[in-house]
Amino acid sequence: MNRSIWVFADYRNYFQNRVTLQLLAKANQLAAQIGAEVCAVVLGYKIDEYVAEYIAHGAQKVVVVEHRSLQKYSMEKYAVLMERLARDYQPEIILIGATAFGRELAPRVAKRLGTGLTADCIGLEMTEDGLLRQIAPSFGGNLVAEILTPEHRPQMATVRAGIFQEIPHNNSLHGEVVRIPLPKDLPKDRLRLIAYQRQPQRDQRLEDARVVVCGGRGMGSKKKFKKLFELAQLLAGEVGATRPVVYAGWIDNDALVGQAGRNIRPQILFSFGISGAIQHTAAVTDAEFIIAVNKNPNATMMKMADVAVVADANQLCSALIKELKDRIQT
Amino acid sequence: MLKLVVCIKQVPMVSELPWDPNTRTLKRNLAEGMMNPACGHALEAALQIKKQHGGHIVAITMGPPMAEEVLYEAIAMGADRGVLLTDRSMAGGDTSATSYTLARAIKKECPDFDLVLCGCYTSDSETAQVGPQLAEELDVPGAAYIEHIAVKDGAFRLHRVTDNFLEVLEMDMPGLVTVTTHTYMPRYPSLEGLQSAFARSDIKILNARDLRLDPAKIGVNGSPTKIINVYSPTAAKKNIVMQGTAKKVVDEIFAKFADRISGAIGKDLKTHYHDNKACTK
Ligand SMILES: Cc1cc2nc3c(=O)[nH]c(=O)nc-3n(C[C@H](O)[C@H](O)[C@H](O)COP(=O)(O)OP(=O)(O)OC[C@H]3O[C@@H](n4cnc5c(N)ncnc54)[C@H](O)[C@@H]3O)c2cc1C
Ligand SMILES: Cc1cc2nc3c(=O)[nH]c(=O)nc-3n(C[C@H](O)[C@H](O)[C@H](O)COP(=O)(O)OP(=O)(O)OC[C@H]3O[C@@H](n4cnc5c(N)ncnc54)[C@H](O)[C@@H]3O)c2cc1C
Repeated sequence: MNRSIWVFADYRNYFQNRVTLQLLAKANQLAAQIGAEVCAVVLGYKIDEYVAEYIAHGAQKVVVVEHRSLQKYSMEKYAVLMERLARDYQPEIILIGATAFGRELAPRVAKRLGTGLTADCIGLEMTEDGLLRQIAPSFGGNLVAEILTPEHRPQMATVRAGIFQEIPHNNSLHGEVVRIPLPKDLPKDRLRLIAYQRQPQRDQRLEDARVVVCGGRGMGSKKKFKKLFELAQLLAGEVGATRPVVYAGWIDNDALVGQAGRNIRPQILFSFGISGAIQHTAAVTDAEFIIAVNKNPNATMMKMADVAVVADANQLCSALIKELKDRIQT
Repeated sequence: MLKLVVCIKQVPMVSELPWDPNTRTLKRNLAEGMMNPACGHALEAALQIKKQHGGHIVAITMGPPMAEEVLYEAIAMGADRGVLLTDRSMAGGDTSATSYTLARAIKKECPDFDLVLCGCYTSDSETAQVGPQLAEELDVPGAAYIEHIAVKDGAFRLHRVTDNFLEVLEMDMPGLVTVTTHTYMPRYPSLEGLQSAFARSDIKILNARDLRLDPAKIGVNGSPTKIINVYSPTAAKKNIVMQGTAKKVVDEIFAKFADRISGAIGKDLKTHYHDNKACTK
């Protein structure tokens, strides 16, 4: 049997969440190193569109289980199906996007298969011995662990969105499609979806935002603080704040970032006029990339930033807005 | 009357990173531990269910002997009793080993439970895997990231917001939930509560033999995953300092990081009308 690397197709938010495509790209790189094929596993109903998409984004094979009863995501059915398929085809590696669904599905599948699982990886590499080195953050991003699953198969990892670059859509790519009938003996769902509603896109939570623009007391006034909303909008992000800002009523309590508020983990955090008290920073250490702006180069927030801009927060905010407008409009 | 089990992990204090920069390894012993925040929310949810429907709450923790502290805290908040699972052979287990161990303890101590409540994730290794794996071990339905729990007609009615969907779920009894930190703000234990928790609390201590654990499934040796290296990424951070006029700094930011920013916002930022001018020159 061919060695294979599997990617679980998490298509539910196809247009916002590209993690499956990003994983297909990464799987292609890893597969080249161990001589394996890349396979997407698609479970659902009326999913041909996605099957074609995954092939165009690098899946050499697509395993499909299509049935009306899989129309909605079902944790229990999907876990059983993934387990059975993995037992039949014995992939070397299974990668699952770290969406809320993926992070719940993966541990169940790993448990059923009696194998290991690394959570929320930010890096994947092959070692010289052909093992998957899984790189995952812990302690709020303060530490990074490298993890192997040396003896058990498949090696499994969930992977954060936005880490890898997808392969551009290419209609000339070919892939084999393997259709598997729905097993007759799937368990009855003990957990049933009664109602659901898509959250309006604007309502993305601070926790989930890929870009967060955070403002502190150094913004100066409510009026000046408002500029951050314009900046956040241009960056498709959300606005967060420190406690003094919330207390002053420049923004709702909801936006508080810190020990008493929310934890964030954006790909980019802009931090304007924030000193960096531990009650605030403990909640932002998971940000992948921090650009801090402060008049004081010695502020803690500046020390923990990837880019520390010594400047007036307002002026820099205005200059960023202007530049983004130029670049986005052309 | 509902039988509730709350799984609680002791984690390092926010301010104490268990990392030794000199030896560049994880510190073994915590100087000071606390109840994992999300576990506090899970316990609060259990307390509210108990208040509404009547019930009995068992708090379970696995960890070194000092982890008993979180059980006192749980009892002071209103849990009825505590179970500490402690044994050198359990140390260093991954989520597979941890969920196996917790499941054995639940089957022994509270086999007829109606609901197991976990935190959605911990603040130290934050895998969020123990809850779902525990549901598999116990062979009960499970739902993660729950924000509201109601008991209705012999089943649970659950609310959650995941992946941009607001979902209402119905779960058979018995079942398992993991609770987010958005709702069920944990109450503070009262001073009297704390005093009486220490004075006469019901805490049972169990080791691997008591639970008749399979040595091949616990601790470091029973873990499919192996941690081969741990390091501090901030040490590797570059910390580029930029100064000058706002315009100059912004140009520098885009020159160096336009790709990163456009990746995060999903828009192309490379084309700029200044560049276009340069091209047509
Ligand atoms: C129990 C407890 C819980 C708490 N929880 C939270 C929490 O959840 N979240 C939270 O944020 N805080 C929390 N705090 C408060 C926290 O300790 C800090 O007081 C707070 O984070 C500071 O906010 P700040 O950085 O906006 O203000 P400051 O500390 O006042 O910092 C303002 C910064 O702006 C800079 N600055 C001033 N003018 C300019 C300018 N024109 N341009 C650029 N920079 C400028 C200054 O150099 C300074 O660094 C908590 C405190 C306690 C005791
Ligand atoms: C740096 C580092 C990285 C790690 N990465 C991984 C990894 O990728 N994969 C892996 O399998 N293991 C990993 N581990 C091991 C993992 O920390 C342990 O398995 C741990 O016992 C449970 O994982 P967690 O803290 O992530 O729990 P989570 O799954 O995040 O915890 C969720 C809930 O489960 C319950 N719970 C968890 N632990 C206990 C406990 N000891 N007692 C009672 N209830 C508990 C609590 O209700 C908690 O709120 C890592 C450990 C370290 C130190």
